[in-house]
Amino acid sequence: MGAGHAHPLYLPGSSAVHRLPAEVKIVAAFLAVLCVVATPREAFPVFGGYLLVLVAVWVAAGIPIRWIAARSLIEAPFVVLAVLLPFTGPPPTVEWIGLALSEPGLLGAWNILVKGALGVLTSLTLAATTPLRDLLLGLQRLGAPPLVVTIATLMLRYVDVIAGEARRMRLARISRGHDPRFLWQLGATARGVGSLFVRSYSRGERVHLAMLARGWAGRMPRLSEATATPRQWAIGLVPTVAALALAVSGWLST
Amino acid sequence: MTASLEIADVTFAYPDGHAALRDVKLCIERGERVALLGPNGAGKTTLVLHLNGILAAQQGSVTVAGLAVEKPNLREIRRRVGIVFQDPDDQLFMPTVGEDVAFGPANFGVTGADLHARVDAALAAVDMVEHRDRSPLNLSGGQRRRVALATVLACEPEILVLDEPSSNLDPVARRELAEVVLRLDATMLMVTHDLPFALQLCPRSIVLDDGAVVADGPTRELLADEELLRRHRLELPYGFVLS
Repeated sequence: MGAGHAHPLYLPGSSAVHRLPAEVKIVAAFLAVLCVVATPREAFPVFGGYLLVLVAVWVAAGIPIRWIAARSLIEAPFVVLAVLLPFTGPPPTVEWIGLALSEPGLLGAWNILVKGALGVLTSLTLAATTPLRDLLLGLQRLGAPPLVVTIATLMLRYVDVIAGEARRMRLARISRGHDPRFLWQLGATARGVGSLFVRSYSRGERVHLAMLARGWAGRMPRLSEATATPRQWAIGLVPTVAALALAVSGWLST
Repeated sequence: MTASLEIADVTFAYPDGHAALRDVKLCIERGERVALLGPNGAGKTTLVLHLNGILAAQQGSVTVAGLAVEKPNLREIRRRVGIVFQDPDDQLFMPTVGEDVAFGPANFGVTGADLHARVDAALAAVDMVEHRDRSPLNLSGGQRRRVALATVLACEPEILVLDEPSSNLDPVARRELAEVVLRLDATMLMVTHDLPFALQLCPRSIVLDDGAVVADGPTRELLADEELLRRHRLELPYGFVLS
């Protein structure tokens, strides 16, 4: 499954982690992130423990640490604000190379940074070991709202079709002398986006007709009877149980 | 024996008042391959959308193997009438070929090993078994057209309706599609502008113009009638002569 939908966050492989059913990995990742979020921010060693659990999963899945580190940079723009907290937070302050840093601000920044980073790393681990199509099938098996599953499934197919259409429209524009580098030609580009929307909308109507013609009744049919076995659930939730133990130890130690 | 498709005096006008179909009457027997010819705007696609109840006739009736196209029967009607739309990118909406072929039969209640067997058989009928796990995006135009055909074959329809099956195909893909279609043992209505394709595949043709049936007969005879073709804006390709 999923051939032809290799996304840049997926690392093909055949490890035990890759082979686990998507619904198991989704639940395991979601619960693990809940544990991280619920951990008191002062329980510093516990966060190191979470990282070790993730490293163990990466080793089992054969994901190089450099590969995942490069992709985790996606988090950077979202944590910029956290850097400001030590400068803008309330007293008491601590001296650090001539700067007065707010103690609650420092703790707040740490809280955002460490939980954000662990959340991103967990999501990246899920994405690296599960093709997009399988993620959607997993969500469907977990009982996600049918409308969401339908929209996401169709998007998976049509995002490339729409991108191709946009590419052809751009070629047609530049072949007739359009030079989108100049600011005053933005108008033509904007009209292009408008007509792309209209084209996509009418394609949507045609696709709906084609779906009706093949018995569409409002929800994506289940195309496979396969469900996760208790054994797969047990294996998949091992890292989550470790995360839960770490969270409990964090609560007890603070 | 009951006819596969019977259209009796069907009339339909769009909300803007444009009369798209006027008293259309035709009958297709089981096993027949019939071409539906006509210029742009003749009402061909409107007629096709009446066959599975996406549009409802304002007068007259459509029956498929004896079952009337009416709201309570729509599910069974849509199983019996397999429409292959003109643009495969509209027809193939699932992420992989296999899932797309499985979509129809799964909606009609086929599951498990039966579903798997249906998908296998449909893909084998169009020579596309090895492409089961690929995205339709990565297929050539001809392959997409054949998969689109498979998505409908998997529903085991009573009648197959192909809308402009040869449009945008290169000559080789067009020939391959013709070979696949000729191999199928199915009742078929083929909407097309491609008159040589109609001649190759369909012994009988119906000409629709301005919403009405204006000719119905053996394809070779109709296409040899230059006056008829000219009157209804149909034309054989350059250098193509039928006697």
